[in-house]
Amino acid sequence: MGKKLLSEKFYKSMEKLESRYPSKVALLLPALHAAQEEWSWLPPEILDEVGAYIGVHPAQVREVASFYTMYNLKPVGKYHLKICTNVACCLRGSEELVEHCEKKFGIERGETTPDKRFTVVEEECLGACGTAPAMMLNDDYHESLTVSKLDQLLDHLE
Amino acid sequence: MSETLFAQYFNEESRPLDFYLKKMGGYTASKKALSMNQDDIIGEMKKSNMRGRGGAGFPTGMKWGFIPKQSAKAKYLVCNADESEPGTFKDRDIMRYTPHLLIEGMVIGAYAIGANHGYIYIRGEYTREAKLLDQAIQEAYDAGCLGKNIHGTGFSFDLTVHRGAGAYICGEETGLLNSLEGKRGEPRVKPPFPAQAGAFGGPTIVNNVETLAAVPYIINRGGEWFSNLGKLEKSGGTRLFCVSGHVKKPGVYELPAGSVTLRQLIYDHCHGILGDKKLKAVIPGGSSAPVLTADEIDVVADIEPLMKIGTMLGSAAIVVVSEDYCVVKLLARITRFYAHESCGQCTPCREGCKWMEDIIERIEHGHGREEDLAMLLDISNNIAGKTLCALGDAAAGPVMSFVKKFRADFEAHIRGGKCPSA
Repeated sequence: MGKKLLSEKFYKSMEKLESRYPSKVALLLPALHAAQEEWSWLPPEILDEVGAYIGVHPAQVREVASFYTMYNLKPVGKYHLKICTNVACCLRGSEELVEHCEKKFGIERGETTPDKRFTVVEEECLGACGTAPAMMLNDDYHESLTVSKLDQLLDHLE
Repeated sequence: MSETLFAQYFNEESRPLDFYLKKMGGYTASKKALSMNQDDIIGEMKKSNMRGRGGAGFPTGMKWGFIPKQSAKAKYLVCNADESEPGTFKDRDIMRYTPHLLIEGMVIGAYAIGANHGYIYIRGEYTREAKLLDQAIQEAYDAGCLGKNIHGTGFSFDLTVHRGAGAYICGEETGLLNSLEGKRGEPRVKPPFPAQAGAFGGPTIVNNVETLAAVPYIINRGGEWFSNLGKLEKSGGTRLFCVSGHVKKPGVYELPAGSVTLRQLIYDHCHGILGDKKLKAVIPGGSSAPVLTADEIDVVADIEPLMKIGTMLGSAAIVVVSEDYCVVKLLARITRFYAHESCGQCTPCREGCKWMEDIIERIEHGHGREEDLAMLLDISNNIAGKTLCALGDAAAGPVMSFVKKFRADFEAHIRGGKCPSA
């Protein structure tokens, strides 16, 4: 294998975690999270490097990564909007938020703008139903949203 | 207002260890427990009538009692912080405002079952809460409340936060254990139950956040005291109700178990329906719970009373729907969720959920056929009880109950060729 793509910080944090589990395979989810934090998505060569580090076949890494929706197996925009449209949020107007984003960015849900700035997806329940509608912008929650609050937030992004 | 165990501390100031030690009697319960006989701790838990707060309502003391005393393999205590049942958002408040209650509860639980390792499996989306838990765990280590030789008693317990990555099924305890082990979160065939062979093959107890966070109270004030907080015979303590949807004041409400009806929760505590509209439907226990109509809400919101009328308390997540929201559209959304989240192991669930989704969607869009309702009931009957885990039942229950209780709405869509309110 050639030059490592994941940082020293990644490997150090994994080493630290290793003692917390009786099996190295248990590091797979934490490793995929940490790798995605560095790359914003999980390209094939990163999946391979994670597999090599943990000592499992590349197919096993893909089998696991593809089970979980939070792992981006395709590139996403700089700003990844995950709007919850599950039961509590849909009762509180989340559909309007998704449609607003589609219009604003000229894309359909699930797509990324051509300038790679925004990805808009519908998300399943975020566990913020008391402050619905809710969404995640990258790693952060934004709750009790309205179209105007969403606009304010988006218009202030770099 | 009666005393609350959690809700009174639901603010940022309660989070630091210092507050927990000084204002909440923090880590006095673990000191006491670690000098007790392990069977006596389990005895107190049994007396407390604590019933698991994750959704199944299983008696916690009895569950702890299933763990074998001797085991060649290491034992584990795992906290289920996946909080994935739609409508549920109470555990998030415990983790972000009173993380030390959970940590101390886990120290006590681990000692009682003889585990030296524990994990908090938290849903991946709760990134902030995972960081806050990590900080609190570090505080507890630094203070000698966690780690080696806790309180100088010789008992050691290591605790690690493990993040999920977006899969509803990982709230199911064996799916969770597979996910913890670095696998796909597919539920396991039971038996063996986790108490015999759970995490990494060792005897394991999996408890919900709210369940574990109540343990310090139970140890400090006694199982009997906790049991008496509840108003029903077999349901002790207080409960965190999550109310969402069309109410004026959604949120988490902590009330003695068995002390409140759905009507009281909706109209007294949450100040009624948004815009003073009429009530159409209530989902009383997370999206998996069979739906209730507006005239069925004079029922006590607890395990047995709700079971008696054919639904369930689940995770005490109450979703309120007003008259102007289309119930067909709502069921379509709920069913889409289950079709998306089915792990695909069991054919009835994998295929059936998708079929139900397609049929309900076509009804919603005015392309339904006369025979569709009978077909929906047939499919849901062929899912319920025929799958490895409860996801199948969770998908079937809403379909059966919505079709039965709001049949006229479905028929109006089919006969009119469109949503009547569109």
